[in-house]
Amino acid sequence: MRTIIAASAMSLMAYPAFSDSSDPIKLTLHDWSGQLITTTLMGEVLKQAGHNVEYVQADYIAQFAGLETGDLHVAMELWETTAREAMDASFATGNVVSMGETGMMAIEEWWYPAYMADRCPGLPNWEALKDCPEAFATPETAPLGRYLGGPVTWGGFDDERVEALELDFEVVHAGTDAALFAELEAAYQRQDPIILWVYSPHWAPAKFEGSFVEFPPYSAECYNDPSVGINPDAAYDCGKPTGPIWKAAWSGLSEKWPDAAKVIENFKISNADAAGMVAEVDLNGKSIEDTVAAWMEANKGTWSNWIK
Amino acid sequence: MGLNRHHFFWLTLLGITLMLSSFSFQLYKAFDARWIIRFPKKYELPTEKWISAFLDWLVDSANFYFFTFRDITRAIASLIEWPYQFLRNLLIEGFQSGLGDQAVQYAPSLSWVAVITVVVAISYYASDWRLGTLTCACFAYLAVFGQWQSAMVTLASVLIAVPIGALGGLFLGIIAYKSRIVENCLRPILDLMQTVPVFAYLVPVLILFGFGPVAALVATVIYAMPPMVRVTIVALKTVPEEIKEAGKMVGCTDRQMMWKVLVPSASSSLMVGVNQVIMLTLNMVIIASMIGAGGLGFDVLASLRRLDIGGGIEAGLAIVVMAIALDRISQAFSVRTIKEPYNGNYIQRHPWISTSFAVIVGTLILGIFIPSVQAYPKEFTITTGPFWSDAMEYINVNFFDAFEAIKVFFLQSLLLPVKKFFVGIPWAWGIMATGLFAWKLAGWRMGIIAFLLMSFIAASGLWSKAMVTIYLCGVSVFIATIIGIPLGIWAAERQGAGRVILGLMDTLQTLPSFVYLIPVVMLFRVGDFSAMIAVVLYALAPAVRYAAFGLKEVPEHLVEAARMAGCTPIQLLLRVKLPLATPQLLLGLNQTIMLALSMLVITALVGTRDLGQEVYIALTKANAGQGIVAGFCVAFIAIIADRVVNASADKQKKRLGL
Repeated sequence: MRTIIAASAMSLMAYPAFSDSSDPIKLTLHDWSGQLITTTLMGEVLKQAGHNVEYVQADYIAQFAGLETGDLHVAMELWETTAREAMDASFATGNVVSMGETGMMAIEEWWYPAYMADRCPGLPNWEALKDCPEAFATPETAPLGRYLGGPVTWGGFDDERVEALELDFEVVHAGTDAALFAELEAAYQRQDPIILWVYSPHWAPAKFEGSFVEFPPYSAECYNDPSVGINPDAAYDCGKPTGPIWKAAWSGLSEKWPDAAKVIENFKISNADAAGMVAEVDLNGKSIEDTVAAWMEANKGTWSNWIK
Repeated sequence: MGLNRHHFFWLTLLGITLMLSSFSFQLYKAFDARWIIRFPKKYELPTEKWISAFLDWLVDSANFYFFTFRDITRAIASLIEWPYQFLRNLLIEGFQSGLGDQAVQYAPSLSWVAVITVVVAISYYASDWRLGTLTCACFAYLAVFGQWQSAMVTLASVLIAVPIGALGGLFLGIIAYKSRIVENCLRPILDLMQTVPVFAYLVPVLILFGFGPVAALVATVIYAMPPMVRVTIVALKTVPEEIKEAGKMVGCTDRQMMWKVLVPSASSSLMVGVNQVIMLTLNMVIIASMIGAGGLGFDVLASLRRLDIGGGIEAGLAIVVMAIALDRISQAFSVRTIKEPYNGNYIQRHPWISTSFAVIVGTLILGIFIPSVQAYPKEFTITTGPFWSDAMEYINVNFFDAFEAIKVFFLQSLLLPVKKFFVGIPWAWGIMATGLFAWKLAGWRMGIIAFLLMSFIAASGLWSKAMVTIYLCGVSVFIATIIGIPLGIWAAERQGAGRVILGLMDTLQTLPSFVYLIPVVMLFRVGDFSAMIAVVLYALAPAVRYAAFGLKEVPEHLVEAARMAGCTPIQLLLRVKLPLATPQLLLGLNQTIMLALSMLVITALVGTRDLGQEVYIALTKANAGQGIVAGFCVAFIAIIADRVVNASADKQKKRLGL
């Protein structure tokens, strides 16, 4: 394999010596840095293995339409927590297949900045929230605390959680994650009270000091069975589940580019590596290409295993 | 006498609505009839499923023996793809053969120096050095602020979408002008095109036209064309009778009449339409970038997702300067005067073509040796990013309390009471009241249509979301109008102020709303108030522009006559100019409502609970049926508003004897 790469690099009109098509493999790009990094990393590794790669801008959910028809080929970051429904619907058509986990785990939970720990002692234990909702109140919600949830489309059962755990909080939904973190940034600048939905890997927990609230640990029974958990009469009396971030591809991929398909399936990186690269790009202002190149330089052993 | 009867009608209607709205909950409790406040679930129409099923059929199995429906749309897509790809090669990628890594480039793209030269040449050809300097500055901004690459991607799609939108709109407008039937059929379709939120038909468009820039172009054209059609119809209708007579007298054929008489004499009004097409096309840049158009829209989105406000503003302003350059050039062409031709040989007679050609070839060769001629050097780009985030932080930390007070005042005195009123109206009475309202203002036929359209909304189970929509839109349009019309008057009366105000409006309309949405959220938190600000900022432009345009179009001899009769400036404005400008003012109101409704999807991004949110949810779940049903509901509200406003405009005209 190594010699093939070397050979292909030398000749101008190089075609991969394996059975894969020389048509470009289309990887989808969305609009957040983590996904751009993951996808660029995948693309660069595929290039190293002698494949043609094209990046196509596509909406996170709308891309499934393109994957189903074969207009698009690979989606690199499908979060268990936000894309489950769309993935299932798409897998059901038979035209899209899972390419396994990316190795990254999505964490989602209530999060508060460090300065709130003084105003509501007892955090990160969730029971502290019972004693000091007014510390999180705004003029519109007082005397209830204000919890800023994610867009309704993310689900998350926060309204139910507040009920089940008898928290004196009002759930306000941000429409999009940009709005969500805009509020966090503004509140952080003023050191104003805020508690909100944060997920990781993301730049926010790296930029702002703070912690996730520790709710009773998630279990499927807690979500499905009211009798399980602290509140015997209500479901959702626990924290949120964590879930893997998946890869998916057009079902024709493994026929047209069998070798590339294997490389894509082999792709795995850790949360720590991903978060490190996201911080480089979003907080230190480095370009995505440079960041990915630096990672590839430092982790040759890892990615060369994918293309073996 | 008659007036009193009218007053009685309106007061009764308002009184009953107010009462039912305030006590709907008590009524429900008293009679134990939940159907009063909620449309019964079991009678809801399964419209969502019907539409989804129809779309599945259209996309998967509709065929005309030899080819499927999708074959047709894919053929159209490749027809658009070809010139688009050519422009991309020309402006960004260069010409190459082969694929991906194996590609061999045999000609680079136009260098940044060459593009600026061509743009300046066109500007000078269309007008004069002043315009040349302006467009040069605009494009220089793109290079200096490091936006060049993305800007050229956007430019390529604009150069495809605007001609299709403007010419298509012109032709549709002409057909509608010639045939009343076509006009009547076209109007609801135009309303749908403009008001069904783009998100609603994004998924079907993607499936039909393939993933990538072409689908984005199609969606853009659908959205940007309607104002051109509308303006064309109005412009042709308002061509003075004398000109038409003159045309007839010299024996024009139908075709000559249209192209040599009507279109040229309406050209200044038509340019308002082209202006709108350009503005709306650039407005779609953000949404288009979500489905594969890339370019500046993508930069805005990506910057704001990492709260890089400066980056968002710079990319957003790049869209604005591009809009300004394109708009001014197109305006200049509409009023271009023939210049004295140059004498001499070909090169001397065509100095600009020759210069452009020389620069293109020169930079092509030079670019091989000196890379900075080909692509603007990265080291010389500047950014104001830190300034903006510091400014934002300063405002946020120091003025937040003042903003909070303003917000609370507006919420308590305006937004919340209005919301309570609309949301409280029981659906059954709401349908009746809308019917009566439309009947009174626009005749019994419109009354019945309004009744049916509102029934559709209720039967789709979207009544309360529709009411939130009406409330949010109503409040925003109200505020936009009170701010907009005085600004428009000011712009028309004082030329200097006018230039600044209209420039500002162009900026507001082309600056992607996302750019100011995020700072607004930082200062006002997630909620209705932030949404209202965004809608007002966006929908302000037509109110101002049409007011200014209407006042300027008032015939000079009437103004002169009024002056001679001894009108004071105030009288002149209130008694002569404003009444005569009423049709334009109402057209402006109409457009304000349309734009406000089209902003709804964007406001869903800051967490409103209206039809916009419903459309957005449908998009994130790729549920085409749900999206289109909610989109139709938005459109129906728009149609009712449009008809009622137009009918009042006609009444007004008749009363004034126009």
